[in-house]
Amino acid sequence: MSSAPAVIPEEAVVRRRWTKGFFSQPLAVVGAAIAIGWLLVAIFAPLLAPYDPLAQDFPLTQAPSREHLFGTDELGRDVLSRVIYGARLSLPLAILLVALATALGSVLGALAGYFRSWVDPVVMRTTDLVFAFPAIILAMVVTASLGPNVRNAVLAIVIVAWPTYARVVRGLVLSLGDAEFVQASRLLGSSSRRTLLHDVLPNLAGPVVVLATLDLANAILLLAGLSFLGLGAQPPDPEWGSMVAVGTQYFQYWWMGTFPGLAIFTAVIAFNFLGDSLRDRLDPRGVSRGKHQGVA
Amino acid sequence: MTLLAVDELRVRVATDDRTLQIVDGVSYEVGEGRIFGIAGESGSGKTVSVLALMGLLPRGASVTGSARFEGDDLVAMPAAQLRQVCGREIGLVFQDPLTSFHPMLSVGRQLTEHLRHHYGASRGDARGRALALLEEVRIPDPANAFDRYPHEFSGGMRQRIAIAGALMCEPRLLIADEPTTALDVTVQAGILRLIDRLRRDRALSVILITHDLGVMSALADDLAIFYGGRIVENGPATELLAAPRHPYTRALLEALPHPESGRGEPLRGIPGAPAQPGSLPSGCVFHPRCAYAVDSCRTEVPPLRRLGDRALACPVDPFAP
Amino acid sequence: MSALEIRGLEVSYERRGREPVRAVVDASLSVGRGEIVGLVGESGCGKSTLARAAVGLIRPTGGTIVFEGRELPALDRGARSRAAARLQMVFQNPYASLNPRRRIGRQIADALAILGLADREERPRRARDLLERVGLPATAASRFPHEFSGGQRQRIAIARALAADPSVLVLDEPLSSLDASAQAQIANLLVDLSHGLGLGLLLISHDLGIVHQVADRVCVMYLGEIVEQGPTDEVWARPLHPYTEALIHAIPHPDGRRFMPEALPGEVPDPARPPSGCRFHPRCPVAFDRCTHEHPALEPVVDHRAAACWLAAERALMRTPGTAPRAVEG
Repeated sequence: MSSAPAVIPEEAVVRRRWTKGFFSQPLAVVGAAIAIGWLLVAIFAPLLAPYDPLAQDFPLTQAPSREHLFGTDELGRDVLSRVIYGARLSLPLAILLVALATALGSVLGALAGYFRSWVDPVVMRTTDLVFAFPAIILAMVVTASLGPNVRNAVLAIVIVAWPTYARVVRGLVLSLGDAEFVQASRLLGSSSRRTLLHDVLPNLAGPVVVLATLDLANAILLLAGLSFLGLGAQPPDPEWGSMVAVGTQYFQYWWMGTFPGLAIFTAVIAFNFLGDSLRDRLDPRGVSRGKHQGVA
Repeated sequence: MTLLAVDELRVRVATDDRTLQIVDGVSYEVGEGRIFGIAGESGSGKTVSVLALMGLLPRGASVTGSARFEGDDLVAMPAAQLRQVCGREIGLVFQDPLTSFHPMLSVGRQLTEHLRHHYGASRGDARGRALALLEEVRIPDPANAFDRYPHEFSGGMRQRIAIAGALMCEPRLLIADEPTTALDVTVQAGILRLIDRLRRDRALSVILITHDLGVMSALADDLAIFYGGRIVENGPATELLAAPRHPYTRALLEALPHPESGRGEPLRGIPGAPAQPGSLPSGCVFHPRCAYAVDSCRTEVPPLRRLGDRALACPVDPFAP
Repeated sequence: MSALEIRGLEVSYERRGREPVRAVVDASLSVGRGEIVGLVGESGCGKSTLARAAVGLIRPTGGTIVFEGRELPALDRGARSRAAARLQMVFQNPYASLNPRRRIGRQIADALAILGLADREERPRRARDLLERVGLPATAASRFPHEFSGGQRQRIAIARALAADPSVLVLDEPLSSLDASAQAQIANLLVDLSHGLGLGLLLISHDLGIVHQVADRVCVMYLGEIVEQGPTDEVWARPLHPYTEALIHAIPHPDGRRFMPEALPGEVPDPARPPSGCRFHPRCPVAFDRCTHEHPALEPVVDHRAAACWLAAERALMRTPGTAPRAVEG
């Protein structure tokens, strides 16, 4: 029957800039380092890769050695160069598709939450529809029907990812609509549009950024997954997922599948760590936690 | 007879980047059968100082000093023993009657579980005691109330039930933290009268924590004014409120509207905001806002000096009779 | 002519499968320019609902709001007109009423931009002037809300409302979240603004002490109805309605004279099922037969005073206030 009241008075907890104290969280630092590392690899791939990723000039299925740090694959290509160029494929694509999903989802969610009327039910039932399918299955269906290539894989994942943003943003907008500073703004003569732009949107940034960062990890994984199934990137593209797929057929040449697999693993973990630490800073109320927010 | 003697109590809390001194050397005595009022605004440390006695502070809080209750030091006691003592000898009532209760257990269940746990009382005995207490706190139809749920009662009723719960183990001391702050003024009056009556009928000692000096004036026998984690003034409530000597107490009283006095006179606010832990001024914590501060107030922490049956932490003492 | 007139306001909430709740019942009051009107009552009396409906945040179920001679519509999708924006509101919670992500100078200048009251170059200067008007330094304009204390944020909220050049300000419990000295300061500021700018203020509060100190006229609400109205001094000295009297006697006095406030028996009834006749009769110490089945309307009793009580006229003639409410033992 006892509830310990807040011990530390509100004023004493100083709001810190979100970069301060960053280095006190080892996971965040590791995550950021790895993520930045991969981004740099993607940018400087031509300078970093020892060989042309598509060149089939080398001895087949050679174990890792000094000339080929990650060995060579079944067509005589250098695995290291392919992994490096793989970053160039996966990361920009992942960033692109998360950006698209965020934009689409946030706009639809904001409109649904702010204007209600018919917009809300239409958007929400659409998200319900998408959520009814497991992400990978839906993505597979889309790419299979549109034709298996990278562009369609990106489209498929955007379709799968936008509803989460719509749900979260809609929930936020709904709760913000009751917020007193929004009401005050309307009383001052602000139109619905202005209120949405100036008062509601800036307060959405935090949770959305967190979601997006975590989603990058998912996007990389989904992209790799689709490619693994042959529905995304097609040969000879050095996509990590397809490389892992081929690696499963050549199990005895473990380097062919393991290194691309590790690449996926480290990239995904990096963005997860980063997203988690961002969440602690930008979204302390955990609005972005969990994929399916029962906010309908 | 002194029931509780607190001496040089200090509470420090470590947060992510610094340590906050929330209570800084507080000493007072609660007499038997008397109501001791702890008054202060937000950030004064009044609630934390009492939670420290009960062992209810979160981890990361360090408590020093002593609090002798019936001969034993609560601060030095091991946690298990402290829980026993608190459970049996000290009753607690908090501000929010809604969150003090488990929403899914009946009132009767919540009232009796404590007694049955601490004293092994039988269900029948415990129920009998609970009904008697519900009646004592003037809950209509106690037998019916026993089986109902907290949310079915109004705020004032819930607070009465909370008081009944606190009295179940026949404690010697009742601690009430802002017991009426969340209530309407007419309901508050009822609770104040209840506490007064309980104190008289049972010779109960009470520690009453509130920022409301009007409530103190109605109930408290002795009063301590907290500011910035320290006691700035102490003494019999009637004297202290009628003739306050510390500049903060005086300023606080002048900031309050006096229903007796006429309108037209503007209220006198105190410049600045109440001192908060983590940004406490040097020397006397009140000096930046004090109209009577002199140079030494900035550098020297004023000790709490005894002046007859009162105590004052102000070397300047501008309102000395 | 009063700047703000509330006539017969009704606000009801429908509930599925249950009786509707009449949160505000036939409430009428007016606020003149330069006048401070206090609206007091305890929880559930409907004063906040009345305030929000007066300003247009809630659509009334009945009655009209007349502001500066024109009927004021409730807020809907479109932007509020400049004329309507001269009726502004200050909210209870200073932490929720400011946008945490925008600098306060910008927020104060909002009204100037939206209503076209100042052009781009002038706005920062006007915002700084407003800050100084409410007692804050001009340098505060570039800071964010979280850098200020509760009392300061309330000043900022007032400055923001002032930017719209209002003639009436409705304040919903503006002092409740503040500590005692901040309350005193903000109360003084409000009086200052009212006299200095000729602003009408409708001050909603559960704190009778402050209202007594600050308001020229007071309206007392109980269970959705206004039960008494009149000049503050007179209502205080000789309350006509028994509920007003009970409220006054329930206020503690911080003077060390051991005054034990008086309690009212019973509890506030469920607004969905109010008592028959006079809504206060079950708890009224002087209720009699008529009170249980005939509902008294708010009637003028003596000059400028009105009360909704069958005994009001008699009580007005008595030299001293009527019987003190039978104080219930705690």
